[in-house]
Amino acid sequence: MRSRGILGVSAQILAILLAIVYLVPIYMTVVTSLKAPGEISLVSAWELPSSINWAGYVVAWERFAPNLRNSFVLAIGATLISAIMGSLNGYVLSKYRFPGAKIVMPLIVFGMFIPYQSVLVPLFRFMQKTGLYGGLPGLILVHVVYGLPITTLLFRSFYHEIPNELLDASSIDGAGFFGIFRYLILPLSGPPFLVVCIWQFTQIWNEFLFAVTLTRPSSQPITVALANLAGGQAVSWNLPMAGSVLAALPTTIIYVLLGRYFVRGLLAGALKG
Amino acid sequence: MRSRREQLMAALTILPSIALLGIFVYGFIGNSIHMSTTDWGQEAAMSLTPNIQSVGMDNYRDLFTGFLNVRFRQDLVNMFFFTLLFVGLSLLIGLFLATLIDQLIWGETFFRTVFLYPMSLSMVVTGTIWRWILQPRGGINILPTLIGLPPGEFLWLSSRTQTLVFDWSHIFHYICLILLIAVAVSTYGQWRRRENKNLARKLVLCAVLMGIFLSGILTRIGLLNFPEAHGFNEALWGVVLAAVWQMSGYTMALYLAGLRTIPHELREAARVDGGSEFQIYRYVDLPLLKPITASAIVILGHIALKIFDLIFAIAGPDHYPTSMPAITMFLKTFRGNELAVGSAIGVILFLIVSLLIVPYLVVSFREE
Repeated sequence: MRSRGILGVSAQILAILLAIVYLVPIYMTVVTSLKAPGEISLVSAWELPSSINWAGYVVAWERFAPNLRNSFVLAIGATLISAIMGSLNGYVLSKYRFPGAKIVMPLIVFGMFIPYQSVLVPLFRFMQKTGLYGGLPGLILVHVVYGLPITTLLFRSFYHEIPNELLDASSIDGAGFFGIFRYLILPLSGPPFLVVCIWQFTQIWNEFLFAVTLTRPSSQPITVALANLAGGQAVSWNLPMAGSVLAALPTTIIYVLLGRYFVRGLLAGALKG
Repeated sequence: MRSRREQLMAALTILPSIALLGIFVYGFIGNSIHMSTTDWGQEAAMSLTPNIQSVGMDNYRDLFTGFLNVRFRQDLVNMFFFTLLFVGLSLLIGLFLATLIDQLIWGETFFRTVFLYPMSLSMVVTGTIWRWILQPRGGINILPTLIGLPPGEFLWLSSRTQTLVFDWSHIFHYICLILLIAVAVSTYGQWRRRENKNLARKLVLCAVLMGIFLSGILTRIGLLNFPEAHGFNEALWGVVLAAVWQMSGYTMALYLAGLRTIPHELREAARVDGGSEFQIYRYVDLPLLKPITASAIVILGHIALKIFDLIFAIAGPDHYPTSMPAITMFLKTFRGNELAVGSAIGVILFLIVSLLIVPYLVVSFREE
């Protein structure tokens, strides 16, 4: 409901002020990342750089390029596998009945709310014993497994909206289990795949706990490298800020271009929200 | 009706996922619970054939009452205050932003995009950025000097000041107080809405809790035989600020979606009855947003209880004033090789989060 007049105008002004407040940290990050190390001081933190200095980005790129590559391999691999599995699970759980179906879904969804600290020690030992510890394939496996609850939940709710009559008609036409999936469900799955992939990519790209506990330095994603860098006191602040921009860039681009789908994933993730 | 063969195919398709989740979620939680009752740690952690002995509940007893685990107990207190402030402020600010955006003449998409943007960032990025902004002699604290005022003095992340200090031995006394407040608030709300179901029973519960609290009987439980002060660490304000910046857009999006589903006829009817815009907001919109508040409390609450990455990036894992159980779990397990103690902290977190999640899942799936 839109109000005109004095209320509408003051709401407009307030919204502009608040937007500035929310963007202040972004301003600080970008400004600091573009300063020469000698120009960075606490007192002049808010000032624009006297001249744009790319040194922070050059050093950050040299340091973080392997970690960014790891993050891309990890996020793309785990996103695709967990989306495909989630899609099949969602198809089964929304369109087929079998004993115990009612209890399976809550048990699956519970897996996305558990604090991962409660599985971390056995998971760590499992990875060591199977030789998966330290590398990207192991981390991809972990993200696929713990991503299954949300991808299954999202696909299931999308597929609920496909009328069962359509499936019955396909059955009569002779399509079997995979035939229905391939020729009926998949062609209708474009938007859900987009929502699920955007959500999963963002989550996995941003994840830190598994990344810091289950990888060796050569396989570490960007979040771990950035956290280790900021933890050291010796570096000049333009470097962590430039690193933050690099780490934030992929999810920012996705958010700006496809924000609508990001919001749909976020709303669906809140179950009944 | 689909054939048996297809039912079988369906079951086989979902089987790998069920097996994986069965092992990685339920199997591993079971294993954590088992390991938390052993002395697995130190040298045994590294050996291929560890000699592990069962120690019963000793690890838990040590965490809650052992002299050396004072940090873990402060972690729990930090977690409590952080969760309370973070969830409360995110709800209030999110509701405010949603209401504001609902009133706008133009630029709705732009403002929604700006307020929600921090949510697409990693907590590690957020932590790194705010670590810089919250520097004691820079960032936010020197903002007032830009308009000629004296600089702020507050130590956002590094303050060692503690308020609301209490003795750990009296923890049950204060848990009783928190329960009393929770039950009283819920009873009052019910009374205002004139729902008389269970009202008498709740009033009795209030009276009992108040009796227990006022008698101070729980302070006689000698949990520790030494005084141990805990309280609200002011350094947490910096973490709360960063976390609210990151997640208030999320509650905004939830509330905004809720406001958009309220039928126009409902507001029209209220308007015809002579309700003012504020009255419509207060008596039509807000009550209809209640289920969203419940969802948001659960989602934000479970994020707050297990918070790890933000703390790691904003203050580092070794910074005592902003430490949380998840941080200490990480240090014990991966730096101290105390795998049994790490498992125990993981199990404690699991139980606390389950208190929040299980009722929510039961209600959500019963509705289906």
